[in-house]
Amino acid sequence: MKPLALGLGVLVAALFLASLVIGPAGINAVEGLRALVTGGDGPVPLVMREIRLPRALLGLMIGASLGLSGAAMQGYLRNPLAEPGLIGVSGSAALGAVLAIHTGLAATLSLALPLAALAGAGTGVLLILMLAGPRGGAITLILAGIAISALAGALTSLVLNLSPNPYAASEIVFWMMGSLADRSMTHVWLALPLMLGGGAALLSLGRGLDALTLGEDAAEAMGLRLARLRLSLVLGTAAMVGAAVAVAGAIGFVGLVVPHLLRPLVGARPSRLLWASALGGAAMLLAADLAVRLILPERDLKLGVLTAIVGAPLFLHLIYKTRGAQA
Amino acid sequence: MADTAPSRVVSINLCTDQLAMMLAAPGQLVSVSRLAADPHSSAMAQEARAFPANHGRAEEIYLLKPDLVLAGRYSARATVNMLRRVGLRVELFDTATSLTDTRDRIAQMARVLGRDAEGAALIADFDMRLATLDAPESGRRAALYHPNGYSLGGGTLADDILRAGGFGNVARDLGQTGGGTLALEQLVMAAPDLLIRAEALPGASRSEDVMAHPSLERLAASTAGLRITSPDWICGTPHVLGAVATVARAREGLK
Amino acid sequence: MTLLCLRDLSVRLRGRPILSNVTLDVAEGEFVGLIGPNGAGKTTLMRAALGLLPHEGRSSLAALPPEARGRKAAWMPQARDIAWPVSVETLVALGRTPHLAGWQGLRGTDRAHVDRALATMGLEGLRRRTATRLSGGEQAMALIARALAQDTPLLMADEPIAGLDPANQIATMAVFARLAGEGRAVLASLHDLGLAARHCTRLILLGEDGVAADGPPEAVLTPDNLARIFHVTAHYATTPQGPVFQPLEVIR
Repeated sequence: MKPLALGLGVLVAALFLASLVIGPAGINAVEGLRALVTGGDGPVPLVMREIRLPRALLGLMIGASLGLSGAAMQGYLRNPLAEPGLIGVSGSAALGAVLAIHTGLAATLSLALPLAALAGAGTGVLLILMLAGPRGGAITLILAGIAISALAGALTSLVLNLSPNPYAASEIVFWMMGSLADRSMTHVWLALPLMLGGGAALLSLGRGLDALTLGEDAAEAMGLRLARLRLSLVLGTAAMVGAAVAVAGAIGFVGLVVPHLLRPLVGARPSRLLWASALGGAAMLLAADLAVRLILPERDLKLGVLTAIVGAPLFLHLIYKTRGAQA
Repeated sequence: MADTAPSRVVSINLCTDQLAMMLAAPGQLVSVSRLAADPHSSAMAQEARAFPANHGRAEEIYLLKPDLVLAGRYSARATVNMLRRVGLRVELFDTATSLTDTRDRIAQMARVLGRDAEGAALIADFDMRLATLDAPESGRRAALYHPNGYSLGGGTLADDILRAGGFGNVARDLGQTGGGTLALEQLVMAAPDLLIRAEALPGASRSEDVMAHPSLERLAASTAGLRITSPDWICGTPHVLGAVATVARAREGLK
Repeated sequence: MTLLCLRDLSVRLRGRPILSNVTLDVAEGEFVGLIGPNGAGKTTLMRAALGLLPHEGRSSLAALPPEARGRKAAWMPQARDIAWPVSVETLVALGRTPHLAGWQGLRGTDRAHVDRALATMGLEGLRRRTATRLSGGEQAMALIARALAQDTPLLMADEPIAGLDPANQIATMAVFARLAGEGRAVLASLHDLGLAARHCTRLILLGEDGVAADGPPEAVLTPDNLARIFHVTAHYATTPQGPVFQPLEVIR
């Protein structure tokens, strides 16, 4: 396990650094990093501290949140297809966030934005657990996810279309695909507490999720408090996904791709997959955000576009495998 | 056609709406687009209230029985084709990309409305007012920054407005042509002498969040700033002179 | 000492009575075979005794807090769930869950229990193999080893030998009998009455909403009980190789 943790750690650190030194303004890397640490006047410290640092931090935090919540949901539902974006949790969070913004709630109380997204995500998770609990198969999960995503997406579009602001309608793409463009430290501070709380809740589930490998009955008989685990899972996932979506929109597939790639490397143990997926998710999102900036810097390419291009074929492959297992 | 002036003209484009309102004879213009009465988009919202509004739908336009429809080059292609299929005459206007273009658009409108004399007078007035405003190259640079980080580079009307107002355009200097996204950090690094930002619109939007980004606030604190609503900047009409005058006043303020 | 104590245990599922007023004790040294026809409530009885089902009456295990119960009784459900492609060793080590506190990893004693369980079930050669890629029978053996690794005074298993080959069936029954011999207790539901008669120290026959008979095999597998509950006739003989039981015909 040590080499994997080290490898992922180094990868995340390298991508984080790259995220800080690469940008359209072409600031010299050494000069930029010095300005970041020492501060001072002028445009370079301003760019490093107010533009690039929050973007890199958010990439790290949001990637880790999505990877971790994907791994936790998969562990609980015992289904490798469970992913916040695909099963409608991110979509529900986006609906919550959009409602908070367009009712003016977010303007009066800044914490209203992530909390509304949390409430939305929580509703999504609860619906999924009700419709496709651990005993439900892959098909039920995907069908329930399609329905919840579709409903949340439609209501999000409706709210945006009804907004008096002419820009709102064009933001449907942002809420469905996600972007880290032009976020600030304000957003970091807005998301961080929820993400830390949610992360602590989810990381504490490791032993219970391991026990669930044997099924609910056996796990409960080994002393697992299932109701408590379920509550932590719902709250933890809702907090992490809600905070992520509130500041960066719904970015899909991170929670699918990362656990899938890392599962063989952790011996398929759900507990080890939790922290590994958090690191892996951070690496994937930082890499995707770098790609967005390098490939088409002037077009504000959405992050979800890249993660879907990588993730969707993998998703199809997983469905194919699941189908084989059931036949 | 120019000899027999049209008697029922319908305009379905924000910019042709305004030119037509300026040049049409009383009773000649029967409808303008809905946007013409929107004060956030139209420089002639007040005047537009006197005309019935249309929504640019082929059916409603046909029922107005126009003998001339005015549309922009980029108006809904399907609508324009449909109107032509049912035998209506549709005149397309290119988007003005410079102040000189604006003169041509005025002339084109006057010609199709059969109002050449009024057109010539308007152009003469335009030329005279522009001559009093046109400023020499000052070496100062301005940046336009709109929601979603949208800016206007070379080959745009806004770029020409800045030039006439005595400013270079940061977006053009960074190699941007036409409209597009300008990275916030490029804007901050460029440190323009004048930062022109769009005024906040009613309701909230994520697109406008960037207008309140801390780095932009810091930049705005150290540089001259303008908050504009864009009607004067959008269309090639004599109202662009209002935009030029605003920019010119800001330049005077810098000294 | 009794390891399981049920008093007037009743279970209703969707308004239908499944079990009524079951009272029984399981003591150290007993290998109890729970027998009865399909739908008699064998699984229900064990799950209710563990507190996994809503029930009326009292169960000494269900009354314990979950963690303590996990150290008193191991439970091997009928569904052989292995959700992830973990190694056999990892799977068996899951049995140590109730003995670990907080973030604690496996200690030396835990590893010793895992090794012993693997050895008992003859799985040493498979310990690094991926559990989900084993055959059904091998998976069942691994899951029994998992329950053994839990190292509890009482082991409860739902049809543990279904689907095993004869050698593994007999070996598993022998393992359970040896556990009982060591002063533990085993309660296992069984459909193979022949193996039950040979290895169990005691049989509990479920039928007619409750316990129809309870006692040593020869006292439970009487022609009368078999006819009344199972609707079969059978041959039962005591031979030099031990008791032999063979069901013969269905009574219409």
